[in-house]
Amino acid sequence: MKKILSVLLTSTLALTACSSGGDDDTTATTGAASCAPSSGGPVTLNFTSWIPNIEDVVKVWNDSHPNIQVKVQTGPNGNGGTYQNFFNQLKAGNAPDLGQIEYDALPSFRVQDGLENLAACKPVSDAKDQFIDWTWNQVSFGEQNAVYGVPQDAGPMALFYRKDLFEKAGIAIPTTWEEYTAAAEKVKAAGGYITNFSQSDINQFAGLAWQAGGHWFANDGSKWSVNFQDEATTKVATYWQDLITKKLVSTVPPWTTEWDNAYNKGNAWTWVSAVWGANSISSGAPDTSGKWAVAPMPQWTAGGKTAGNWGGSSTAVFKGSKHPYEASEFAIWLNTSQEALTLLNEKANLYPATKSGATLPALSKGVAFYGDQKIYDVFAEASGQVAPDFTWGPTMTSTYATASDGFKAAVSGNGTLIDALKKAQTTTVDNLKSQSIPVAE
Amino acid sequence: MKSKTAAMAIMGLSTLYFLVPIWWLFVGATKSRGDFSSTAPLWFADFNLGQNLHELVSYRDGVFLRWMLNSILYTGGAALLGTVLAAMCGYALAKYRFRGRELIFNIVLGGVLVPATALALPLFLIFSQLNATNTFWSVFLPSLVNPFGVYLARIYATASVPEELLEAARLDGSGEVRTFFKISTKLMFPALVTIFLFHFVAVWNNFLLPLIMLGNERLFPVTLGLYSWNTQVNQLPELRMLVLTGALVSILPLVAAFLLLQRFWRSGLGSGAVK
Repeated sequence: MKKILSVLLTSTLALTACSSGGDDDTTATTGAASCAPSSGGPVTLNFTSWIPNIEDVVKVWNDSHPNIQVKVQTGPNGNGGTYQNFFNQLKAGNAPDLGQIEYDALPSFRVQDGLENLAACKPVSDAKDQFIDWTWNQVSFGEQNAVYGVPQDAGPMALFYRKDLFEKAGIAIPTTWEEYTAAAEKVKAAGGYITNFSQSDINQFAGLAWQAGGHWFANDGSKWSVNFQDEATTKVATYWQDLITKKLVSTVPPWTTEWDNAYNKGNAWTWVSAVWGANSISSGAPDTSGKWAVAPMPQWTAGGKTAGNWGGSSTAVFKGSKHPYEASEFAIWLNTSQEALTLLNEKANLYPATKSGATLPALSKGVAFYGDQKIYDVFAEASGQVAPDFTWGPTMTSTYATASDGFKAAVSGNGTLIDALKKAQTTTVDNLKSQSIPVAE
Repeated sequence: MKSKTAAMAIMGLSTLYFLVPIWWLFVGATKSRGDFSSTAPLWFADFNLGQNLHELVSYRDGVFLRWMLNSILYTGGAALLGTVLAAMCGYALAKYRFRGRELIFNIVLGGVLVPATALALPLFLIFSQLNATNTFWSVFLPSLVNPFGVYLARIYATASVPEELLEAARLDGSGEVRTFFKISTKLMFPALVTIFLFHFVAVWNNFLLPLIMLGNERLFPVTLGLYSWNTQVNQLPELRMLVLTGALVSILPLVAAFLLLQRFWRSGLGSGAVK
């Protein structure tokens, strides 16, 4: 009798297991508990990414892995529509197996329970040590036994500056933010602006706050806390507000031709930006070739060694994927293997999130646009100096929008950056509540 | 006389207002990337259009040409077929008396009020159930529907197809379908051109549907393709010139459609107004 019962039980279990493999299944719980290779037969994975020319990279994998074929889907960048598509697809139960998600968007997928926890997938847990520590924290949110994506690229920040102009004006390259202000005054006297303050790149500001030790979000496992007014962030906001008020920085909208022109014509002398910014300058300001150089970010305390980060993304596996093991195998290859990282860097200027990534041949050479300086050495060092404990919140899109509105007002003289952050704080908390995400106040 | 000068001045200003962006686009598309950010935006620098066009059509195995073809298939195909459907539907509502006719017409009319944007997500969920997202049909089929066309066709059929003519055709032994295609469509032709143009523009501009439905780059219409490139400009700055040149090329079919069909359209609007 007992035996029959147990047979019955196992068969019902088997049935549920089968039925949970159905098409419209979004609630499969392949948690951290299990992640085994699929038994038998070739596997096809769908991968959505907006990295330009990603198909060429995936082709290398497909050619050498006949049993795990990856099909690429593409679209506009995340906030341009692909994230919304991911949410729609999760709802409809036809999300791709893998998707590209930037670090600052990862928490919003986590709170919607859209991501597969890869902690139990052997390819992932084995590769942990290959990644730079802080990038790993970006995908694990500091949770125990949790990995919600494989770090793909990073955006460590440094100071791009016009070497020729600084030399001609006899101004020393600032190593602290205090010196940066002093230099700003001299640059103004020489007829330029030390930099352009971006009114809409809130994630750049986040990078600056990150360097100063700011913490915007925290999650203790049950509740989120939001803080745009901690000491570090307030310090950074006050600092830039001061430069804006004294008109020591220009404030043209970023990523426009006007902005390119400010750099091309030598009106803006420096840019505190991420590693991928190297390419933005060389393409936006082609007439200044050979005149730029890169130095570490100015520090808050003399002799300090901290850097911020701006950008970076991960390769995540969506909930409901039938082949999390194979998917994680591919994600690890894509983001750790020498051949994939080289191609990603060559085709799309991605800067790897792995420790050994900095030694790629392409990243060890001098760059002609920067007077043959080995600029990536500066970024490799910066990458190791990024604080590991900065967390993004689950509603960054709306947070960015509110903060950006406030920043725009501040640069045109209505209110201050501090006001903007205060406003961002209230709307973010409201926004979390309206999505029934618990907030600690 | 004075009022005429004023009118001309206003017309001239608005013409300028509408043409400047196109002029800007044209001038921009002829520049090299360096010149684009450093020279005056409304006048030429080194003429680089040929080079830009060449890069545009050769980038990623000519995916841009594929997008143009897709756009023409989606919009041209859907507009053509959609016009026929709308004409048949409007004609039936105008010329046949049956139970529920007004109800159907009112429901169709209600459809005019529902923006295409609001339907994109429900359509995505429906196509997901059928496992048909990310296919040509997921964009093509929903694009066939055109309630405004039905409305126009009904109004126009009532006004321009005389009852007596249909009676005569019936007496001579012509079937209903034949009468429709041989006689009624001829009479309704100007209205059909109007419907076609409206539909063409509506499908061309319906950006959200392909954005939500499609993941395969080879199926993108040109609007979605260029938009995707534009969002990648920060990462791959050389795409900027491709986006500009692509935008210039992509408006050509619309310009062509309007130039070729405008005389029909004008007569359609005019004769409708007189009746």
